Amino acid sequence: AAVVAGLTVIPGLANADEAAVTEAIKGMVGDVPDESGVALDLPEIAENGNTVPLSFTVDAPMGEDLYVKDVMVMADGNPSPDVAVFHFTPMSGVAAGSTRMRLAGTQNVVAVARLSDGTALMGSKQVKVTIGGCGG
Amino acid sequence: MATIRPRVKAPKKAAAGEIIEIKTLINHDMESGQRKDKDGNPIPRQIIHKFTAEFNGTEFFSVDLAPAISANPYLSFNAKVDESGEFTFRWFDDDGSVYEDTKSIEVT
Repeated sequence: AAVVAGLTVIPGLANADEAAVTEAIKGMVGDVPDESGVALDLPEIAENGNTVPLSFTVDAPMGEDLYVKDVMVMADGNPSPDVAVFHFTPMSGVAAGSTRMRLAGTQNVVAVARLSDGTALMGSKQVKVTIGGCGG
Repeated sequence: MATIRPRVKAPKKAAAGEIIEIKTLINHDMESGQRKDKDGNPIPRQIIHKFTAEFNGTEFFSVDLAPAISANPYLSFNAKVDESGEFTFRWFDDDGSVYEDTKSIEVT
């Protein structure tokens, strides 16, 4: 819950979808995780919101007994918070991935990981967007 | 839209147990459904909504994509390879099309 409090105090960001992100996290893992553990690599300032590079790595084992199953990426200031859900198996070797996403404006990007035993980890980072990426 | 051509970059050789990186790109507009045409009519959504990766017939990685993924979606991910074989990659379009590419790897 501390993490969400941290998200809400960023000034000037009254996003309608912040609650939607919280709901999506609860729907996936039951409650908003206190733990960190998902490292997000994002630009601090994205000049073009149409294509913002995103990479993540989950600090967790990828063995047969315990592994990262899913990583859900969300953006709390887009028309819809969903960005992507990555599904892993022990054969992935490491729970990491990268893609490029659209951001409508300056906002927080949040990633939540669910391990095979139900443990949840998360990470978030704010990206300042100069030109929004949702077109006219 | 131009002919859709998936591209995959993966090593051709690896040591047993090595974790390799695979990079994929496919040209696609990823029409978000949020845009309007000149007359103000909404342009219907048409995106690639799912990507899957198999090795020797077993799916080991997949991604559900939302309209927030950029045009010409790029994905990179990893695989731990213990034996030689073939990767199959598939992209699923909203219009029902499925695009496919394969890559072989020799594990020593």
